[in-house]
Amino acid sequence: MRSMPRAIGATTLLWVLALAFLFPVLWFLLSSFKPGSELFTWPLQLFPRDWTLSGYRTAWARFDFAQYFLNTFLVAVITTILTVFVSACTGFALAKYRAWWIQGFFLCILATTMLPTEVIMPSTFAVILGLGMYNTLAGIIVPSIVTATGIFMLRQYFRTVPDELLEAARIDGAGEFRIFFTLMLPIAKPIIAVLAIFSFQWRWNDYIWPLLVLNDQEKYTLQLALRSIVGAENIDWSVLLSASVISLLPMIALFLIFRRQIMNADINSGLKD
Amino acid sequence: MAVSTLTRTAAQERRRRGIIAAVFLVPAFVLFCLFFLGPAGLGLLYSFTDYRGYGDLEFVGLSNYQQLFADSEFYTALGRTIIYTVVSVPVGYFLALLVSALLVARSAKGKTVAQVIFFFPWLVSPIVTGVIWRWLFGESFGLVNYLIDGVGLSPLKWAQDPNLALAVVIIAGSWGGTAGTMLLFMAAIKNIPTSYLEAAELDGAGPVTRFVKIVWPLLAPTSFMVILLGTIGAMKEFAMIQALNGGGPGTSNVLIVQYIYKTGFERSEIGYASAASMILMVILLIIAVIQTRFDRSDLN
Repeated sequence: MRSMPRAIGATTLLWVLALAFLFPVLWFLLSSFKPGSELFTWPLQLFPRDWTLSGYRTAWARFDFAQYFLNTFLVAVITTILTVFVSACTGFALAKYRAWWIQGFFLCILATTMLPTEVIMPSTFAVILGLGMYNTLAGIIVPSIVTATGIFMLRQYFRTVPDELLEAARIDGAGEFRIFFTLMLPIAKPIIAVLAIFSFQWRWNDYIWPLLVLNDQEKYTLQLALRSIVGAENIDWSVLLSASVISLLPMIALFLIFRRQIMNADINSGLKD
Repeated sequence: MAVSTLTRTAAQERRRRGIIAAVFLVPAFVLFCLFFLGPAGLGLLYSFTDYRGYGDLEFVGLSNYQQLFADSEFYTALGRTIIYTVVSVPVGYFLALLVSALLVARSAKGKTVAQVIFFFPWLVSPIVTGVIWRWLFGESFGLVNYLIDGVGLSPLKWAQDPNLALAVVIIAGSWGGTAGTMLLFMAAIKNIPTSYLEAAELDGAGPVTRFVKIVWPLLAPTSFMVILLGTIGAMKEFAMIQALNGGGPGTSNVLIVQYIYKTGFERSEIGYASAASMILMVILLIIAVIQTRFDRSDLN
């Protein structure tokens, strides 16, 4: 008897909050299907009176979205592969070898979360310039490979792998590199999947490095292209809303495919990046 | 004889493994030096020069710092960043905690769908988050003012009033940040042994009491991490505001990273911007040290 009002209370509160979270997206999404004239006509209505794709068509025609998609996709995929590989190597060494300098390096990596590079962007930019990476996609890929989160995730995971397993492989005559590639990497598959998904999302949505590094419009990532629309003197809302929705689609696809991995990710070690 | 051979091989083996570990660590070490240590050192160096991004650099001693401490624009940016952090971190923390508590509540219905809704903003980039909330809070065209007008009140100046503009930034930031924090909390809650909660239930504790008295204290390590990372994240907020209001009205909500960006890249005063970077680094370091004092979790 006591649990009835309680269930109603908890459910109501949950759904009031959920609708508050949902509504801004819903309004944004529905607005993107309104014709430009309807966007600013009072009384505003939740649903478009004439559903139209004209905003999408204009956005697609006016901007080279295919190019932006390709650029963003290349950056996100290449960086993710490199991030996973470097994080796995580093995490493995940090978890399975002991020396004072290894511990010291681990502390350095952790320190990078406390002191993010955005903070020192003028000099990071100088480094990118010095390496000849200005206005190249490599200039956003290479600085983003090392993330404390990724290394930390893999380190924590490899620590749960019993040392006896390594010893057994060593006794069987396997070298350290073979152990890493044929034993450790396959074991770490679940956490690698989580890191890969996270890394893809970070890079897809990245803004600050592309802003600093890229100059030519044809090298722009999606976020930069969106920023150039929203930063205009007179914002073309019809185009902006549609373009923003388009930029979201790959992330939504990613979520639909990997929902289970994302939602059940045991990221108690997970920092955000 | 046999023993000494054995110890020698053990020492050799240790050395061999040290070399292998070094090989594994080389990529991360090189990248760490190039994109963290290098820029930090270079930034420190630049902060004592009048470097403008090209040409020679000339040492000007502490003059950048002296100028910075007298720069009202810098203080405004720093002050606004602190206000933003102090408000948005607790708001984000408790919102995510409440959402997580409801999502594990046995009596709540529709949790799977609700979880997807709460998680959705995680997929949305800071730029698009800015767009979504700018659209909603548009002063003359936004739905919020339309609704306020509809109930007979006068519409609010979301773009012209600096404090209201900051309030929108805080709301948008909380909306965007809840999902990540929620994932951390949910993962931590799942790791709490159910026997603790069952024992409390037998003692007659209700669900709210159980959460506040048992679950919440056990989440202390996660809470520590959420607050620390949230603070750092808020201190470096940049992209979302770029799309939301560009730091406006005027320059009233230019936060510190945007200030560094403006001085360094738009005005091309790299030396001066580096001095601001160094001060921000010191502030972040102090925050990290203070918060670590409160930390009862062990990262190991």
